Amino acid sequence: MKVVGLTGNDAVAEAMRQINPDVCAAYPITPQTELMEKFAQFVSDGLVKTELVLAESEHSAMSACIGASAAGARVMTATSANGLALMWEMLYIAASLRCPIVMAVVNRALSGPINIHCDHSDSMGARDAGWVHLFSENSQEAYDNTLQALRIAEHYDVFSPVMVTLDGFIISHTLERVEILDDEQVNKFVGEFKPRYPLLNTNNPITWGPLDFHDYYFEHKRGQIEGLEKAHGIVRDVGKEYEKLSGRCFDYFEPYRMEDAEVAVVALGSAVGTARGVVDELREKGKKVGLIKLRVFRPFPRKEIAQALKGLKALAVMDRSNSFGAYGGPVFAEIRSACYGTGLDIPIVNYIYGLGGRDTTFEEITRLYSEMGQVVSSGKRPDEIRFLNVRE
Amino acid sequence: MASLKELASREDLLSGGHRACAGCAMTSIVRQVLLIAGRNVVVSCATGCLEVTTTIFPYTAWRVPFIHSAFENSAATISGVETAYRSLRRQGKIKEETKFIGFGGDGGTYDIGLQSLSGAFERGHKMLYICYDNEAYMNTGNQRSSATPFAADTTTCPVGCVVKGKPQFHKDLAAIITAHNIPYVAQACGSFWKDLTTKVEKALSADGPSFINVLSPCVLGWKYPTDETVEIGKLAVDTCFWPLYEVVEGNYRLTYIPSQKKPLGEWTKRQGRFRHLHELGGEELLEKAQREVDRKWERLLAISEKPARPGKQPKDTSQ
Repeated sequence: MKVVGLTGNDAVAEAMRQINPDVCAAYPITPQTELMEKFAQFVSDGLVKTELVLAESEHSAMSACIGASAAGARVMTATSANGLALMWEMLYIAASLRCPIVMAVVNRALSGPINIHCDHSDSMGARDAGWVHLFSENSQEAYDNTLQALRIAEHYDVFSPVMVTLDGFIISHTLERVEILDDEQVNKFVGEFKPRYPLLNTNNPITWGPLDFHDYYFEHKRGQIEGLEKAHGIVRDVGKEYEKLSGRCFDYFEPYRMEDAEVAVVALGSAVGTARGVVDELREKGKKVGLIKLRVFRPFPRKEIAQALKGLKALAVMDRSNSFGAYGGPVFAEIRSACYGTGLDIPIVNYIYGLGGRDTTFEEITRLYSEMGQVVSSGKRPDEIRFLNVRE
Repeated sequence: MASLKELASREDLLSGGHRACAGCAMTSIVRQVLLIAGRNVVVSCATGCLEVTTTIFPYTAWRVPFIHSAFENSAATISGVETAYRSLRRQGKIKEETKFIGFGGDGGTYDIGLQSLSGAFERGHKMLYICYDNEAYMNTGNQRSSATPFAADTTTCPVGCVVKGKPQFHKDLAAIITAHNIPYVAQACGSFWKDLTTKVEKALSADGPSFINVLSPCVLGWKYPTDETVEIGKLAVDTCFWPLYEVVEGNYRLTYIPSQKKPLGEWTKRQGRFRHLHELGGEELLEKAQREVDRKWERLLAISEKPARPGKQPKDTSQ
């Protein structure tokens, strides 16, 4: 084990170096670029066996990843924002062809307008594609999630692609203290890739991606749905195994000072770090507040989340993206849906925040908790969709 | 180069029972390619006639490993397969020599697939890309592509009272690919089996990317009787609309010169999509088309090495 200073991009590149995939096909886009550049240097220095395909677009990058994965290779890649959007149809195809590709998504706002900074609109926009989504709070988690992602993806009951997210610039470009495992430990943890029906086995010719009419398509999708359901249990199993290796816990989410909390916030990504500080300060003042860091967004841990929210008097859900025309952001919608029928009848307020990299400060989050406190004391049902730190 | 007898004795790697139309050139072309490629090959295919007629779940006509992922990315997909092969071979995990062939129609190659083809070739993957060119988006019912010839009737540029079919000449894809400076580029036609199979063999032995654009007459789209496919292909070549040539390390070589260059009208008059060229008012269009065929043919003649025996038709092509 080593302690090093790494940015989020460095940390993922380091995890990729240790995993040492057979193939990586990628296209640069801010703020993922440095991740690719770091890894490309490993390739040029002969530190990895990876064949790096510098594709001419993200759509081709994911297409090449699918070809390589189907061929029987272990494949990884990374992208952001419009790069993810450009490969959108291929995300669905990677998932339905059951290619266990691991991809880092350095969260950046989707155009338009064009903006290179952090929000979650990119990966949230792809939430229906059939990938497992893991959110990282900091560089350490970006590293740890990347390693675990591989094991989740390649588990035979899942055999689906996994997306590891990290906030663009805020985490990807910020130097933090990171503990990295030894190469040997990672080697042992990830093991050898065991492909299913590899194209390169010419003794057993297989057709991948056939035309599937109404007589069979639905059954195939049903099977895919099962695969992602199975990921739910496997994410936890892999987390437990990883904890033994690293000493760090990984589960669907991380509750913070929730034991007797009356008001809580659910958030994903780097904002959690800020919120944690706010919780500590408010707790000093005797406020019964807590925080839940959601890590696994797909498959959504509906039962566990509903359980964790019992006993609260009010909940704020922070969404760093919006679903136009829907009732609130994606996380808000999932949580309300998870809580329906469980007997949880408390005010749940959605705070849309940080779009396009809008800074979300300690003071803003403190104000958020204060507003939620007022919601509790007023006894009324408030406006459920609010916006944090935007000029109205 | 194998004789026809020897080739015919090899195992057919595309089985019968697929759903291609009676008289379709495409599947005949694929069978010819696979007779040369053999079993140690992985094939990719763009969405289109070839993919949908040969892989209707739970059946497949492919006796070799095959992948279809999407429409515009047959080249990108096979480049990924080829990369995995290189990686695993370098790691000692694979011993056999395998070839990689990407198929795509003109739709998935000239238009929506051009970027991914260009990218794959620029990166230098050792793969052969074969475009079966039936000159429109035939799988979806004959919408125009940039391969559709001048004045052809298609459903998206139909012959009407004001507009008489496609106003643009077709793109010269072989020229575009030649500009990528890859080891081997060729134009071929399914009706000339010896020419096509020779080219496939040369392409597969190239040390880098290779490309063959194969004319693939389409019964329903071009509108001619189902048993005339081979002849329609021959006429396209004998009118010099579709010259048979190859570019080896940048050097042009015609592989066939018709003993008598036929007027373009001999080809167009056999097809319903060009019927208006042979009706009152169509003469101007036919003349314009003829001039362009002649211009390109003259230019090709000027820069190409000629075949050893000009005017000699390859044997056994049709009857």
